[in-house]
Amino acid sequence: MSEQKSKILQISALSILFLSIYFGLQFLNATNSVDITLENSEDIQIDDDYFKNKTIQWVIPFKEGGGGDTWARYNAPYFTDNIEGNPTIIVTNIPGGGSIKGANYFADNVKPDGIMILGTSGTTQMPYLLDDPRVRYDYDNYKPIMAYPTGGVVYCSPTLGLKGAGDIKLLLDKKLKYASQGPTSLDIVPMFSFDLLGMNVQAVFGFRGRGAGRLAFERGEVLVDYQTSSAYLKNVIPLVEKGEAIPLFSFGALDANGQLIRDPSFPDLPHFGEVYASLGYELEGIRWDTWFAFMSAGFGGMKLLLTPKETPDRIVELFQDGIQKMKKAEKYKETKVKALGLYEQVVGPPASKIFDLATKVDADEKEFMKTWLREKFDLNI
Amino acid sequence: MLDLVLNAFQTLFSLEHFPFLILGVLLGLVIGVFPGLGGIAGLSLLLPFIYGMDEVSALATLVGLVAVIPTSATFTSVLMGIPGSSSSQATVLDGFALAKKGEASRALAAAFSSSLFGGLFGAVILTFFVQIARPMILLFGSAELFMLAIFGLSMVGSLSGKSVTKGVIACGLGLIVGSIGAAPATGEYRMVFGINYLYDGIPLVIIALSIFAFPEISELFRKDTAIAEGAELGKGGWTRGIKDLIKNKWLALRCAGLGTIIGAIPGMGGSVVDWIAYGHVVQTTKDKSGFGKGDIRGVIAPESANNAKEGGALMPTLLFGIPGSGSMAVFLGGMVLIGIEAGPSMVTKDIDLTYTIIWSLAIANVLGAGLSLFLANPISRLTKIKFSLLAPFMIMVISFAAFQATKDIIDLWILLLFGVLGIFMKRFGWSRPAFLIGFVLATQAESYLNMSVQFYGLNMFMRPGVIIIMLLSIISVYFSRKGSVDENAELIEKGLAQKLKITPQFVFSGVIGILVMLSLFDSIKQSFLGGVFPMVISIILIPFILYLFWIYKSNDQSKPEIFDAEQVAEEGTFKASWFEPIAWVGGLYILSMIIGFVPSIILFFISFFTLKAGTSWLHTALLTAGGVLLLLGFSHFLNLELPQGLL
Repeated sequence: MSEQKSKILQISALSILFLSIYFGLQFLNATNSVDITLENSEDIQIDDDYFKNKTIQWVIPFKEGGGGDTWARYNAPYFTDNIEGNPTIIVTNIPGGGSIKGANYFADNVKPDGIMILGTSGTTQMPYLLDDPRVRYDYDNYKPIMAYPTGGVVYCSPTLGLKGAGDIKLLLDKKLKYASQGPTSLDIVPMFSFDLLGMNVQAVFGFRGRGAGRLAFERGEVLVDYQTSSAYLKNVIPLVEKGEAIPLFSFGALDANGQLIRDPSFPDLPHFGEVYASLGYELEGIRWDTWFAFMSAGFGGMKLLLTPKETPDRIVELFQDGIQKMKKAEKYKETKVKALGLYEQVVGPPASKIFDLATKVDADEKEFMKTWLREKFDLNI
Repeated sequence: MLDLVLNAFQTLFSLEHFPFLILGVLLGLVIGVFPGLGGIAGLSLLLPFIYGMDEVSALATLVGLVAVIPTSATFTSVLMGIPGSSSSQATVLDGFALAKKGEASRALAAAFSSSLFGGLFGAVILTFFVQIARPMILLFGSAELFMLAIFGLSMVGSLSGKSVTKGVIACGLGLIVGSIGAAPATGEYRMVFGINYLYDGIPLVIIALSIFAFPEISELFRKDTAIAEGAELGKGGWTRGIKDLIKNKWLALRCAGLGTIIGAIPGMGGSVVDWIAYGHVVQTTKDKSGFGKGDIRGVIAPESANNAKEGGALMPTLLFGIPGSGSMAVFLGGMVLIGIEAGPSMVTKDIDLTYTIIWSLAIANVLGAGLSLFLANPISRLTKIKFSLLAPFMIMVISFAAFQATKDIIDLWILLLFGVLGIFMKRFGWSRPAFLIGFVLATQAESYLNMSVQFYGLNMFMRPGVIIIMLLSIISVYFSRKGSVDENAELIEKGLAQKLKITPQFVFSGVIGILVMLSLFDSIKQSFLGGVFPMVISIILIPFILYLFWIYKSNDQSKPEIFDAEQVAEEGTFKASWFEPIAWVGGLYILSMIIGFVPSIILFFISFFTLKAGTSWLHTALLTAGGVLLLLGFSHFLNLELPQGLL
């Protein structure tokens, strides 16, 4: 009996000792920082050394090693070097549900203090725009710190007998297949593009990543494919040079006024709008508007760095000043094109423009896309 | 080519680069010891360093890290029965059995020397293979990949245990559990029951930990002895292990080749390589009776394959920019950060870089395996420690590893749930490897079948690659007729002499039957393409389950289907009831949900040591402090998260 008592005593005493040390340390840590909340965010004075000794958590809703992850990890050390106060940047990967999980995590945990920021991609925008019931993040509650657009190029096999986009009519009566990651992924944009042009393309789902789709193209299993700009430059251009792939069109890029222009990375290649017009269609109406909206969400706003819209402007300025400084750094200029591609990471008004185009889609266009997905893929959304 | 290789060596061994390779190797060894973390955690630790490095030094660090993770993962696989990485699952079967016999140092020595050998031989193959790798890899279309998944499944024949019926059901159940989540063909969600967590399917890490590690921990907990029960730690185990490899050099050679080739095929994933190697050694060995109970060949085969695999996986990564395995995805990300572009140029204008990478990998393997060999002897003394002192650490480690899978508290509950499944599978003699192989290959089998039907239709069976792999699968099944690995073989013999109560195993089989029916009903609700795969699997399983029930009903005790380790075990083997370990872990997880993982693990350590191990005040305090500091230190340096409570 007494042995049992002494054991209980031992457990209680040690537990109290350890837990009080643990919670005590946590409490000390917590009292060191100012709490910015939705209510007080407007009154708080932000000093220039606000980020000094702070650790910023950059949430990436994708797994390690992918495009979104690389983007964040490439930028992180430059942020530390160039943002006033030299904050430590930690990239936290929370993959799952095609990036819904990590973005939800951000929505549930973020405060308007710049200490947690979210990097989203076209993949994150798609389920939001299609009203996926799992989505708890709302772009209306955020504002952009930085935006990074990209582009994409559609190409096909020379066995189809065409030389370029000029011969696109040759494709219209052919039955083609396309290696896709899934009906609600970023692949919506190329698949919808094929449909608008009147091409007969059957999507084969289950591919993991665009790389797997490219491999299927190289094996001859599919005759048409698309890659984002940097993957196209690295892995498809060599095929084009050997005559094993024919570039058709790019998805284009958005200029400062939000107009569709030729992709500056591929100035010789027509953009989708040109090809669409060449078949006699007008660049207006619900079909075109829907295409434009989803292209902007998928490619124009390929990567967005976000913070809650209540975040004090001074905090966003600290970020953006740092980013401007980063873009002038020698090492950044040397390595950026190889690591990220040709496009500019933008801040300020251009970033806001891209953010609006990528995340604010009219109800009509959403509905049109949902109906199209339902009919085309028998999808229940 | 020779001069290119020599150039690569010259670059590598230069004073500027070699220290970085060593740095990567050391990091990889430390991180690899913690199961389930893999290269991913290493990358976040490395990045701040890479930022300031030149190209080759950064590459060397990265390669060093990636290369040795499967090496040091072997420590937990052999010593504790915890699969350290997705490619050292098969090592657990015989490695841990050897550790229980007191031959841990022999198993470790054989494993590390096999790793070393496999890694080196893999590099030699790659040196020649790299020039023709692009067209070779392109030969593997979706139809060939589907057949390869079937080939992998054919290994179940050699691993199904004494009862083929239960082996088939276990594998089918693995396929069903593996098909939870989005259907590859349509994106529909299957068997998710409205739980967001299940939409992405259940992570492999958690399944491997729960099916293999959890039942072993539970069993040792209940026996409360050291891992090496009563056995003397064999003297000279170290040299014996190396001699074992020399004796089985041809086996190691074959498995290293196998590992390199399968690793090089993108889309196969590294997780099945060790099972194919293990199945291969079982099929080609005359006397199979020792497998699963501590046959050293069961360690040599998977270990020589899994390091070679990393080399193979370099090929699709470098030549196509498509990562061949999880750690290769991280490696590719690192390459992008350094500014090296993977792609066709890696065999033309950047070929020197490719050779540098291949041979860095080989040298890193030598360094990593060499250092681990050095540690094999002292570290194997762990197996003589009383288990009640070790258990809290092991439970902490597997919980931490499971939580890193998706950083969701549900990770822990899935670990416990499948841990309980594993406990009963072990108790009633259901093949756990068969379940795991089914689970690993479910997605591949289904998605490649869907693709190849859409791309080729019936013509897929006209493709020479498909025919060759199909023949290999048939040969593999033919060989497995001659005997199958069963960890319980001796107990089954013993059980035949006794009259066993049927009810417990009947109830367990009933639960399995209900799961299969659940899957069947769920699949009927889906569209044809979305549901056909789990539907067909479920329908195939029904007659097997009915047959099992029929055996239970007729109560024919001479059938190997009837088995219950609990009843066969000698009186007094188990000092605690079967639900006690489950209750401890369950209690820890409930507490974690309320007050967070760290405070809970503190309470868990203190209570466990005091009550189960009977340690003094001082020892309890020191062990608890040590455990918690280890946990906090690791998660701090690797930027890993721990479960937060409601508070």
